[in-house]
Amino acid sequence: MLYHDIVIIGGGPAGLAAAAAAKEAGISDILILERDEMLGGILNQCIHNGFGLHTFKEELTGPEYAQRYIDRVLEEKISYRLHSMVIDISRDRQVTYINREEGLVRLQAGAVILAMGCRERPRGALNIPGYRPAGIYSAGTAQRLMNIEGYMVGKEVVVLGSGDIGLIMARRMTLEGAVVKVVAELMPYSGGLKRNIVQCLDDYGIPLKLSHTVVDIHGKERVTGVTIAQVGADRKPVPGTEEYYSCDTLLLSCGLIPENELSRQAGLEMDRVTSGPVVGDDLETSVEGVFACGNVLHVHDLVDYVSEEAARAGRQAARFVREPRKKEEKQDALLKGENGVRYTIPQHLNVECMDEQTVVRFRVDNIYRNKSIVVYFDGKEAVRRKKRILAPGEMEQIILKKSAFSSCPDVKEIRICLED
Amino acid sequence: MKRELTCIGCPLGCALTVETDDGGEIHVTGYTCARGKDYAIKEVTCPTRIVTSTVPVEGGVISRVSVKTEHDIPKDKIFDVMNEIRRTSVSAPVRIGDTVIADCAGTGTAVIATKNVESL
Repeated sequence: MLYHDIVIIGGGPAGLAAAAAAKEAGISDILILERDEMLGGILNQCIHNGFGLHTFKEELTGPEYAQRYIDRVLEEKISYRLHSMVIDISRDRQVTYINREEGLVRLQAGAVILAMGCRERPRGALNIPGYRPAGIYSAGTAQRLMNIEGYMVGKEVVVLGSGDIGLIMARRMTLEGAVVKVVAELMPYSGGLKRNIVQCLDDYGIPLKLSHTVVDIHGKERVTGVTIAQVGADRKPVPGTEEYYSCDTLLLSCGLIPENELSRQAGLEMDRVTSGPVVGDDLETSVEGVFACGNVLHVHDLVDYVSEEAARAGRQAARFVREPRKKEEKQDALLKGENGVRYTIPQHLNVECMDEQTVVRFRVDNIYRNKSIVVYFDGKEAVRRKKRILAPGEMEQIILKKSAFSSCPDVKEIRICLED
Repeated sequence: MKRELTCIGCPLGCALTVETDDGGEIHVTGYTCARGKDYAIKEVTCPTRIVTSTVPVEGGVISRVSVKTEHDIPKDKIFDVMNEIRRTSVSAPVRIGDTVIADCAGTGTAVIATKNVESL
């Protein structure tokens, strides 16, 4: 059977950064499998600027950011296959993929890095009543049609959901001559970045209606309008608040879901909150030698953090290939998010084997002002950091240093919570 | 003159009020840090933005190439810049940084490619 030291599933920002880091860590036999026709993943359609402020200290567009990593992959002569769809991963790291030239190929991987990204929540998952006319797109689909294929998807637009892609598309369509009438958001706060609300909506006078949702879609062949209503604290429509908006297009920007069919098939332990695999501080999943990074692990806010996390997965996969280790005898400490902290990545940590420090990332479940992020080691306060603001749209992080465990190397539970 | 703004410096999103008195002096309130004050002054004196879009490519492996203004341009020129971008097309190959429009809509700023497109 064909063998590669590291097989990376997905050639987007996570897969590219993981490949570059694994190569830097001394592994040459790397294969990236990408199902699309080019490397770069979703960044190819994110033509707006604002990427790379952390990584490159400059503001790049999506395609430019992707090219920096594609160039590294090409310079390092890392091999990749396009149009290649992985259909199975087994627990002993056999990867099966298909493409037009080779048909079905099964290969053995020394280590596997999952970097499949995420997808948008579709209309079917939103329970919006009404017909199924043309003109309803997820925001990312509309983005691809406009920016890659060059089609204008509509002239009068309503956007449901204030995720960043929805906000970016509200501006994009306005610039191309469409009228964006309103952005409706179910929650009392936006899931998008502040900067996008100001520069994509306020700049063009597009109203954002918080605590509002679409309750009806009109039109049989093509969308002719939508009805929007206010929702109460229970997120149910308030009778009498319905308002009709005529439009030919409805864009949905209602959340992203890690794309984990392969992970589930492989029997990986999954986290119900992130919808991604459970990982340790080395980003290894519950299956030995299978690592995960990027949006397949948990949905990130900035690509810079995806690249950083993926590089970590690349280094750890390289280490695994060089010195395949037995699962440590010692039990990992479990991380738990509580009191406003929805989840943590990683979900467990091995004090003995951890790097000098581990970045723990998480999201909060509401907007909080003047709170502290507090970390407890077996009930004993270990870290406390004040935050002026915490918002669900932004990923938070806290750094755990190895030295902090010197007095409690046998810690069993690391609890992260918000306190006054 | 009085204007209400939301600061974009961080997730706090401070509600800023900017007042320009008759002498042309600018007073900002509502900010929490220096970034907020600077942002407010820039927004009322000379607000600028980077504009990004796409243009068709002839003879390329893909049909469109993404572009951006090389520098930020005055906010009130956004639609003039877009109109000129919409009238433009390029021929493959295109490299990141190639000039697509030398001086776009009289802003003195070039529009440049942000993606590589090989020839067919």
